[in-house]
Amino acid sequence: MNEESKNEISRRSFFLRISLGLAGISALAAAIPVVSALLAPLLEKKNQQWRTVGKVDDFQTGSTNLVTFTNADPQLYAGTTAKSAAWLRRNDDNQFIAFAANCTHLGCPVRWEKEAHLFMCPCHGGVYYADGTVAGGPPPKPLTRYEVKTFNNEVQIKTAPVSITTINGSKKA
Amino acid sequence: MTKSIKKIWKWIDDRSGFTENIVPIIKHPVPPKAKWSYVFGSATLFCFILQVITGIALSLLYQPSSSEAYQSLLFITNKAKFGNVLRGIHYFGASAMIILVGIHMIRVYITASYKFPREMNWISGVILLLCTIFMGFTGQLLRWDSNGIWSSVVAAEQLGRTPFIGKYLARLLLGGDTIGGQSLSRFYSYHVFMVPAMIFIFIGFHLYLVIRNGISEPPKAGRLVDPKTYRAWYKNMLKEKGVPFWPNAAWRDVMFSAFIIIGIICLAFIFGPPVLSGKPDPAVLTTIPQPDWYMVPFFSLFALMPHKIESVAMLLGPILTIIILFSIPFISNSGERSPIKRPWAMYGVICVTVFVISLLVIGLKAPWSPHFNTKPLPLSAIKSKNPDSTIVQGVNLFYTKGCEYCHKINSYGGIDGPDLTTIGNRLNEQELKIRIVNGGKNMPAFGGILSKDEINKVVAFLSTQN
Repeated sequence: MNEESKNEISRRSFFLRISLGLAGISALAAAIPVVSALLAPLLEKKNQQWRTVGKVDDFQTGSTNLVTFTNADPQLYAGTTAKSAAWLRRNDDNQFIAFAANCTHLGCPVRWEKEAHLFMCPCHGGVYYADGTVAGGPPPKPLTRYEVKTFNNEVQIKTAPVSITTINGSKKA
Repeated sequence: MTKSIKKIWKWIDDRSGFTENIVPIIKHPVPPKAKWSYVFGSATLFCFILQVITGIALSLLYQPSSSEAYQSLLFITNKAKFGNVLRGIHYFGASAMIILVGIHMIRVYITASYKFPREMNWISGVILLLCTIFMGFTGQLLRWDSNGIWSSVVAAEQLGRTPFIGKYLARLLLGGDTIGGQSLSRFYSYHVFMVPAMIFIFIGFHLYLVIRNGISEPPKAGRLVDPKTYRAWYKNMLKEKGVPFWPNAAWRDVMFSAFIIIGIICLAFIFGPPVLSGKPDPAVLTTIPQPDWYMVPFFSLFALMPHKIESVAMLLGPILTIIILFSIPFISNSGERSPIKRPWAMYGVICVTVFVISLLVIGLKAPWSPHFNTKPLPLSAIKSKNPDSTIVQGVNLFYTKGCEYCHKINSYGGIDGPDLTTIGNRLNEQELKIRIVNGGKNMPAFGGILSKDEINKVVAFLSTQN
């Protein structure tokens, strides 16, 4: 093998490396916006909002009522899915509790049974007492709560992500 | 005329290489006696093609937007010509695909066709199985009715149980903190672009492997697979006894698939698509989420398994299942293929099949769910012939306080708790009172909910049920 042909091979492998490198760069460059779209929900800011759900006097002491409100950052194309609901309980004149509507078992919508004074889940039979503690069935945790406050004689709820029961059983809102 | 057509065909054939390259593939030799048990894979493929075609047709009518999708589904179902049937075909096609992919897999397992040299056929098949299940699930979400949105919340909750990253996975699935504008766009992309693209790739690979490794010959007890000699033996067997795939073997595939597709279309005409539950409003909490039948076994499992192991089972269950499925050809890739000589393998298949079908059957009944739509117990259904006012009030309380959601008396009420038609024979008044006040395993304690007077009335009523 003479000197020249050696050079020729290294020239070829040089261009091969350059071309593969360029191909890699082009793929990476295209991947950045693609992966951002894929991971978009993790990259967004999560500012939660206080939403007014009614006047203080709308809610009788000792009652539990359905309240609905708009999520923190609704897109224009969200339609009805921009809404969330909570069960608002008025304990006394100034104390309100807002329970998330998601069963802590698998997230199905719990309903307040007014006469029975129980929250019941239609999916796997989870039952909670009026204070949100588990009364029966599979739920591992009491109902999650939203932050709630009264302001200018209005009841306000702070929006929160769908409550997800994590593996250690803790409930993160 | 015919001469010029022949000329055109000759040109196409020469430039495309049809006769040279494609025909040998279509006519590749296959083992003889590969008969009706070999039709399930191709039927799954034809169902998939049916799904692609009806899916494209649906996409002409569908609006993949969180706010509009439900309206467009109402349009497809009620207004579009044959829209109802189109949805029905796509639904029954999905159902058939899931059933056929299951039967195909069972057939491959019990005849041990995954053994050498077809390990990779099995692995690509497992990937296709997982894709098919994922398509079934996301397809249900695209219906975007109340069932659709709550099913996605349930899925997010399950992902949420993954350690460390659960919260992020749930967020990723929903497309944000909550169900919203992004949710449906993502499900649409998964169901219509990403996973179908994967299915196309892996079907291509799966079929390529069928050509490369050949269709497995029907097993015979005592004829062992030896990786050292198998390929040569197989080649020789084909040379001696092989028959061309087209038409000798393929006619069965075509006929069976045609029957399946005609069956799907008939079902779509007769039963129509799944009825849309209410509009996709997360603020309507009176909905009862019900997964499509193929998701029901999972749903049942979550109701029936001990709640303490649930978080672990939700994570490890799927992971272990997938690991086991992938590792099957590595656990044993040689030796006996005949089901008669592999009793434990047969036993395993029967157990898994019975387990899944039992979960499905019990899940369709869902005895653990309260019956919210139960009718008030009429006085004609109780044992007491001349009930006094206390008993009558007890009967009313039995309904209004929710007892009847879970307890049955005659044909009224739910079946989560024990049937109370003859409870008076089993418990005396004192015992009844204790049970109601303190509750039980799955029963709330009603001591803090009912007044003493109310408890006495319910007890008075129940003790007459003897």
